[in-house]
Amino acid sequence: MRASILKQDRFLIASVQGSMTDADLLQLREELAAGVRRHRSTGVVVDVTLLDVMDSFAVRTLRGIAQMIKLLGAECVVVGIQPDVAFAMVQLGLTLEGTMTALDLEDGLDVLHARHGGNAANYE
Amino acid sequence: MYCTRATAGMRRTMNSEGEVVVPIRSDVDVVNARQQARNLVSGLRFSSSDLTLIATAISEVARNIVAYAGSGEIVLRVIQRGERQGLMVVARDGGPGIPDIERAMQDGFSTSGGLGLGLPGSKRLMDEFRLVSTVGEGTEVTMTKWER
Repeated sequence: MRASILKQDRFLIASVQGSMTDADLLQLREELAAGVRRHRSTGVVVDVTLLDVMDSFAVRTLRGIAQMIKLLGAECVVVGIQPDVAFAMVQLGLTLEGTMTALDLEDGLDVLHARHGGNAANYE
Repeated sequence: MYCTRATAGMRRTMNSEGEVVVPIRSDVDVVNARQQARNLVSGLRFSSSDLTLIATAISEVARNIVAYAGSGEIVLRVIQRGERQGLMVVARDGGPGIPDIERAMQDGFSTSGGLGLGLPGSKRLMDEFRLVSTVGEGTEVTMTKWER
């Protein structure tokens, strides 16, 4: 699969690599669902910084991933949508309504820490 | 491992007219088609934003081929009008065709459970867009993007 999933405390960070096929995206969905259960994660960041195109299938799948993670009791933030990609999405008529987004990985983790605490207590 | 798969998925033939013909049969070919387009226009004066718009539109029409017709092809050609160059994309299949083109061009209409943005969205992403479809014979989408 063209994505890697890292575990950081109670969070999972999924980094998407370059061009994702539909099969790659669906596999990411399966692995995140399994990962959230296995690690009892409270938050997931999906980093799409390297994704060159977000077409209707990719957006539909990302929305599905975010909703699924929510149903499992965790939060999902999509980060790193490139300006060119965002522009193309708007032209195409695609939105990620109902899905949290943040500028980059750092901001995405801040959002999760603010909402869920993560293991923020360990840093205090 | 990914390299092997990418190479295996890379099917491309440049014909005598300088067209790149990309066979479309699966989701891997959808990714291949947009990469071929990026390669073909790398020497043209497209902004990175335009390149993303083109790749997104190609992704949508290629996806339609897989979803509705099963297989088909995308033909890519650099064209010239006066001083300007552009990329012409023809997406062609021998599938079931579109019975109601007017509805197919409306946002949110889909018969495949998709978002229904592929055709109207691609029209917005490109400069020129033409859809010809005959029920029982197939569909051909021709779209062009010109250098700024």
